[in-house]
Amino acid sequence: MAGLDSQLDLPKGVSTKVVGKGFDWGRLVRYALLIMFAALVLMPVYVLIVTSFKGVGDADPSRAWAFPKIWTLEPWKTAFVGIGGIPPVGPALGRTLIMVIPAAVISSILGSMNGFVLSRWRFPFANVVFAFILFGMFIPYQAVMVPLYSLVNDLSGIVPRGIPVLIMLHVIYGIPITTLIFRNYYQSVPQELIEASRVDGGGMLRTYFSVVLPISMPSFVVVLIWQFTSAWNDFLFARFFGGNMQTQAPVTVVLQNMATGGTTGSVWGATMAATLLSCLPTLLVYILLGKYFVGGLMSGSVKG
Amino acid sequence: MTPVSETVTSAPPQAAPKPTPAPKRSKRKQWIKRNLPPILLISPSLILVGVFVYWLIFSSVGTSLTNNHTMPQVMGAEEVEFVGLENYANLLRDPDFLHSLRNLGLYTLVFLVGTMFFGFLWAWILEKRARFEGFFRSVLLFPMAVSSVAAGVVWRWLLSPTEGKNSSGLNRIFESLGLTGLENSWAQDSKWGILAVTIPAVWQLSGYVMALFLAGFRGIPNELREAARVDGANEWQLYRHVLFPQLSPVALSAVIIIGHMSLKVFDLIMAIAGKDAYQTMVPAIDVYNFISGRQDYANAAAVGVIMLLAVLVLIVPYLVHTAREDKR
Amino acid sequence: MRRTRYVAAVGAAALLLAATAACGAKDDGNKAEVFTWWTTGSEALGLEALQGVLKDKHPDIAFINGGTAGGGGSAKDVLASRLAANDPPDSFQAHAGAEMLDYINSGKVQDLSNLYEEFGLTTAFPADLLDLVTKDGKKYSIPSNVHRANVMWASIPVLTEVGIDFNQITYATISDFIADLEKIKAANPDITPLTVAGTWTQVHLLETVLIAELGPEMYNGIWDGSTDPAGPEVGAALGVFETLMSYTNTDSEGEEWDFATQKLIDGKGAFNIMGDWVPAQFVEQNQIMGTDWTWAPAPGTAGVFDFLADSFTLPVDAPHPDGAKAWLDVIASVEGQAAFNKVKGSIPARTDVNLSDFSEYQQQAAAAYAQDTIVGSLQHGAAASIAQGDAINKAVAKFRSGNSNLSEFHAEFAKAVTG
Repeated sequence: MAGLDSQLDLPKGVSTKVVGKGFDWGRLVRYALLIMFAALVLMPVYVLIVTSFKGVGDADPSRAWAFPKIWTLEPWKTAFVGIGGIPPVGPALGRTLIMVIPAAVISSILGSMNGFVLSRWRFPFANVVFAFILFGMFIPYQAVMVPLYSLVNDLSGIVPRGIPVLIMLHVIYGIPITTLIFRNYYQSVPQELIEASRVDGGGMLRTYFSVVLPISMPSFVVVLIWQFTSAWNDFLFARFFGGNMQTQAPVTVVLQNMATGGTTGSVWGATMAATLLSCLPTLLVYILLGKYFVGGLMSGSVKG
Repeated sequence: MTPVSETVTSAPPQAAPKPTPAPKRSKRKQWIKRNLPPILLISPSLILVGVFVYWLIFSSVGTSLTNNHTMPQVMGAEEVEFVGLENYANLLRDPDFLHSLRNLGLYTLVFLVGTMFFGFLWAWILEKRARFEGFFRSVLLFPMAVSSVAAGVVWRWLLSPTEGKNSSGLNRIFESLGLTGLENSWAQDSKWGILAVTIPAVWQLSGYVMALFLAGFRGIPNELREAARVDGANEWQLYRHVLFPQLSPVALSAVIIIGHMSLKVFDLIMAIAGKDAYQTMVPAIDVYNFISGRQDYANAAAVGVIMLLAVLVLIVPYLVHTAREDKR
Repeated sequence: MRRTRYVAAVGAAALLLAATAACGAKDDGNKAEVFTWWTTGSEALGLEALQGVLKDKHPDIAFINGGTAGGGGSAKDVLASRLAANDPPDSFQAHAGAEMLDYINSGKVQDLSNLYEEFGLTTAFPADLLDLVTKDGKKYSIPSNVHRANVMWASIPVLTEVGIDFNQITYATISDFIADLEKIKAANPDITPLTVAGTWTQVHLLETVLIAELGPEMYNGIWDGSTDPAGPEVGAALGVFETLMSYTNTDSEGEEWDFATQKLIDGKGAFNIMGDWVPAQFVEQNQIMGTDWTWAPAPGTAGVFDFLADSFTLPVDAPHPDGAKAWLDVIASVEGQAAFNKVKGSIPARTDVNLSDFSEYQQQAAAAYAQDTIVGSLQHGAAASIAQGDAINKAVAKFRSGNSNLSEFHAEFAKAVTG
């Protein structure tokens, strides 16, 4: 996991020169393909953006590909504050943020502690314990949904429905992946550093805080981003445990409700604007911290 | 932080008396001293995972072996009886559930082939440093950052089933290009509707597979390329015989990751076709429908367990394989 | 020293988790937490009106909205899970009829017979409505409002365009109706003759077809066992449903009911069959009855009132029984029923409410309710149980997708009814 940000970059000194024989047709074809694929991938984004600036009437499926007759910000306003039967996404975005930040932070801290004791301050059966935790990453949540449903109910006095329950679930079901990422990362930390600290008489926590934590920032960023995006984009838990759509549920539930209603259907512009608004935080993270985002993806591949 | 740790170190360590008269007892003491802190540190996570993963799976299996099919039973007002594997037997005989499984199989197959194809192709194109590589990489990867629900909103529009003069979305493009033969009802096609849902799925995750392969390409030691060139291999031979074989572990990881995501598909179908649509029904939505409305907990649990088994069939051999590789 | 820090670290982790769970404590006092799925549009306004009445009649009771949106479906899930966890609200909304049975059989709702006495309600409601909240002589909920399900809505501009007289749309039979649908199709293929939305709205259409083709008596017989759901009459009715579905829009998958009405407002559809919560949407978009839209009984169902009713319960172990009682008093009262129904667009369940300032449609509906033959709705839990309704929805979704033919559909329908 070392040097996540350089994983996708070419190793230094690799010769990328194709032995040149006149005009490089290969390169032309490659660029043509790249541009074509990029255009195809961006196609839905084009529709989203264009439609979000169309007035009522103009934003019609049959005119999906056309530019707006008149560019208007009205749909964005409608999406944000809501109108008539359309729930506002503004408060939902706020709630989702309130859900996602603690979910990401707490599970990162747990993952870091687990990763440390599983890789560098090992104890008997550390490997078995690691496998025990890791398994949780692969289960389809449907396999636990029925009893989870009852368990969440039984806990409802302590953990209220809506955002608090979802924070709890994202933290708990985030433990395997965060543990995995940190464990793989700490394995790249030379054992000698830890031993040195131990020889100095440092206890586990001291070693953790003074040696391990200061070098953990890269994986903290990776894990925070990973947890942030997966909790933000979650729909399964949100749908089952989100509670009241207007006052409790995160943005994905509100969005799905918006997308399947006639009143909202007639204001497609607002729905598309709401969709863009709901994607904004994850896209921002992706654009600003893209390299770390990729790092998270890589660690999803189990092998460290 | 620092002052605290200073005091900790400056204080004489508790295990100071070195020549111990009772070595056995001190050994155990040392063992505890050595291992208790890490065990304490990890135990909250272990307890949480133990309860929320293992205990709940166990409990799910338990429910799936009962006749807990109605609300009064769920509420504890009527008896719940143990019925063994009856629910599984009924599900596996039910043509509608078999249809869900068939859909899931089709979806997984096409989703896998699609993402592997595009992911590999894109990685191959980008493998040699190209100008604007970062830009293209970002564009091809970004759909991964978008939630399936958000993707569903726009793809639902693009996959609109209306054809002809009123067509919209992709059909509109075909209509205006005169390719009316390509127009179809997408996710509402009675036989192949599920395959339409793989289009947005492939759109979302091909970039991820690309990133995996790209990392794979870049992880190949430079010497291998140089050696092949020295041996007089041309570009194609270099790829075919030297580079591609190096990628097989990456390909395996990609198949496992995409495969297990695919078996859980829920969000995208809910967003594009909804919970009722028969032609796009998959087990994950069956679970939702069993729980929702009619409170059939036993069948919901049974379908959940079947999904878990499907994932295990995929994951366990891979984990065993990885563990062996690691030991080597 | 060191040990305390370990403990502190572990404790901190636990605390962090607990912090996410904070603010769950309950306090008591005079409150009524009411659980409904009325969260948007006219329904939410109706609920507000009820709160106003509560404030007047019982100023000491604070109203708590336990509402959950997402339509009846997921709201009922949340409710069921709360009841299962013995965390009931003080009162919750339930459709009168077979749907109530699940709650009664689960032992989750209290017998309200003495409240009926106390509030003087024994003669306030029509007897056939009270039957639907009664089991073994005990009344388990208080009806708040009545909706008519077998109503056909029409867009006047669209009908005018295709040359159909909008005053002549009370069709005696469905075949008459189909003749006009054919006419619309021929006149303008871009117009959807009959609009539908997601699966449940198609089941709603199916129930009106069953009433029309079988007649009210045989339709009721499906639910009480006197009509054989596998018999040829039901099969023929399902065939008519198949024909009707061929005139509907294809882009209905997963949509809510208002999607279908919107097609009428947007001039893309001619007719829609849906319950009488539709006018609220017309009104919201400044559509005027008589110029923009009109209504008639669903084809072949004139003289029949296919109804569904909402009602409110008193759950076992309600945390604030006094609040619940105050709320039920509001629900049962003439003032409450008037204020609520006027805004919501339904008609009062009580027969003694003055309707003079209700809308034209509501007055017509109330008149029909008083004189028509009453049948209970399939889709909306008055006639069919949750399990039956669920299985019928599944069968219709499969049929609509083209994965079952008419005879397979018929077999699945029959199996859905008999269980």
